[in-house]
Amino acid sequence: MRRFLTVCFALVGLVVAACGGGGTPVVRPDVIVGSTNFYEQVTLGELYAQILEANGYKVTRKFNLGTREIVQPALQSGQIQVLAEYVATLVKFLDKNVDPTGDKAQATKVLQDLLKAKSLTVLDAADATDQNGFVVTKETAAKFNLKKVSDLTPIAGQLVLGGPPECPSPTRPYCIIGLKDTYGIVFKDFKPLDAGGPLTVAALEGKQVDVGLLFTSDPGITAKGFVLLDDDKKLQRADNIAPVVRDDLLAKDNGDIKKLLNSISAKLSLAELVDLNKQVVVDKKDSKDVASAWLKKQGLIK
Amino acid sequence: MSFLTSVAAWLADGAHWQGADGIPIRVLEHVELSALAVVVAAGVALPLGLYLGHTGRASFAAINVANVGRAIPSLAMLVFALLVSIQIGLGLGFWPTLFAMVPLAIPPILTNSFVAIRTTDRDIVEAARGMGMRELQVLRAVELPAGLPIVLAGLRTASVNVVATATLGALVAGGGLGRYIVDGLALQEYERLFAGALLVALLAVGIEVGFGVLERASRHT
Repeated sequence: MRRFLTVCFALVGLVVAACGGGGTPVVRPDVIVGSTNFYEQVTLGELYAQILEANGYKVTRKFNLGTREIVQPALQSGQIQVLAEYVATLVKFLDKNVDPTGDKAQATKVLQDLLKAKSLTVLDAADATDQNGFVVTKETAAKFNLKKVSDLTPIAGQLVLGGPPECPSPTRPYCIIGLKDTYGIVFKDFKPLDAGGPLTVAALEGKQVDVGLLFTSDPGITAKGFVLLDDDKKLQRADNIAPVVRDDLLAKDNGDIKKLLNSISAKLSLAELVDLNKQVVVDKKDSKDVASAWLKKQGLIK
Repeated sequence: MSFLTSVAAWLADGAHWQGADGIPIRVLEHVELSALAVVVAAGVALPLGLYLGHTGRASFAAINVANVGRAIPSLAMLVFALLVSIQIGLGLGFWPTLFAMVPLAIPPILTNSFVAIRTTDRDIVEAARGMGMRELQVLRAVELPAGLPIVLAGLRTASVNVVATATLGALVAGGGLGRYIVDGLALQEYERLFAGALLVALLAVGIEVGFGVLERASRHT
């Protein structure tokens, strides 16, 4: 009897001790976060890594690994476990015959179907995109009262478009051909520049082109006071930013990884992403500091 | 073989001979830029080379400084010129390409004009002085005619270099034949790329031949 009581007390003691320690102890698997070799990717990787670290995960960073051609195999083979991806581009990368559509929810669903076979899961996609965007200067926007891409339709005949040299190609459906088919826009002329780089920015500033093709999250757009025209007829495919995670990592976790990464996507609007990029590229701040300041500002970490 | 046939077909296509992106306009743009670059370079390098050759003063330093133009890759020069051009409001395309081509054209013109004067037979030069010619007359009537083939050879080298290298202008949104090469690569239309390269080569050979005729004529005078 006495022995029985001792055991009982010992058990009670254990339970009480566990309660005093803050509930049942949770298992936190180690996480490897990766990124491609591009500033926006490193900042996104930092956001993911830091929110996990703040919640007791041990995180290894493998950033600047290379292009998607390198990083996707690394994710699929388990050398990295979490990666920020661009929904539509990843769909095209996995199966170039599948149309991801211009709709975020639809594109994410299409992506999940493709990822299933790879034992990967796409979590919630953010509103922030990094996709082709048509941009004009403030003066041009004011002169023709431009807010969205369809506003260009009646006046495009007077304007010159500048973009990557491959823009007029029949194999590029989201550039000149798409503008014509979806919006009925035919520009007066096309000037081959670069793929959303410094030449396009300089040509817009120098008025050598009226409309330029830049990436929607390019910090140069706000830094130079350009106006990004809203793609109102959804010509561009939905390149929303979403975390892609290995299924085996999620299986080892109690659901917190999913919750935490989704909480970032919920707050990451295009304006917020552009601001993050601006701090890194224009203000030359360290992406680690930029990421932690943003997470604190959003109330995601303390 | 079939690739060469498709290049020939590309060149024969009438559509490629019209408009702002047509071959005549691109050739014209290319020649215009190259010619201006060589003229500007000659404006700097010819008087300097002739002066240095005639007097022999500071020639070592001047020629070595000019040769730095050969050592700096034209691509680096172009990027530097682009930054400057944007800064001073001359924009993309023509001007930065011109700025990058002039330093490329200066060394051969400078070196050759220096050598042309330097290697004129000293006895003839002394004879001219003995006849009472002034220094400028010596240069104009004796040294320059004797050295003309070498001066022309310098202009030829400079022109060929510039014509071949001006293709880089397409990287900074310039026109010219480089457009076909850069766009051909971007569009994965290799006929366009190859046709562009072929036209540049033909232009360079044409210049080579043209200057060759001039040089031969200059020897007989």
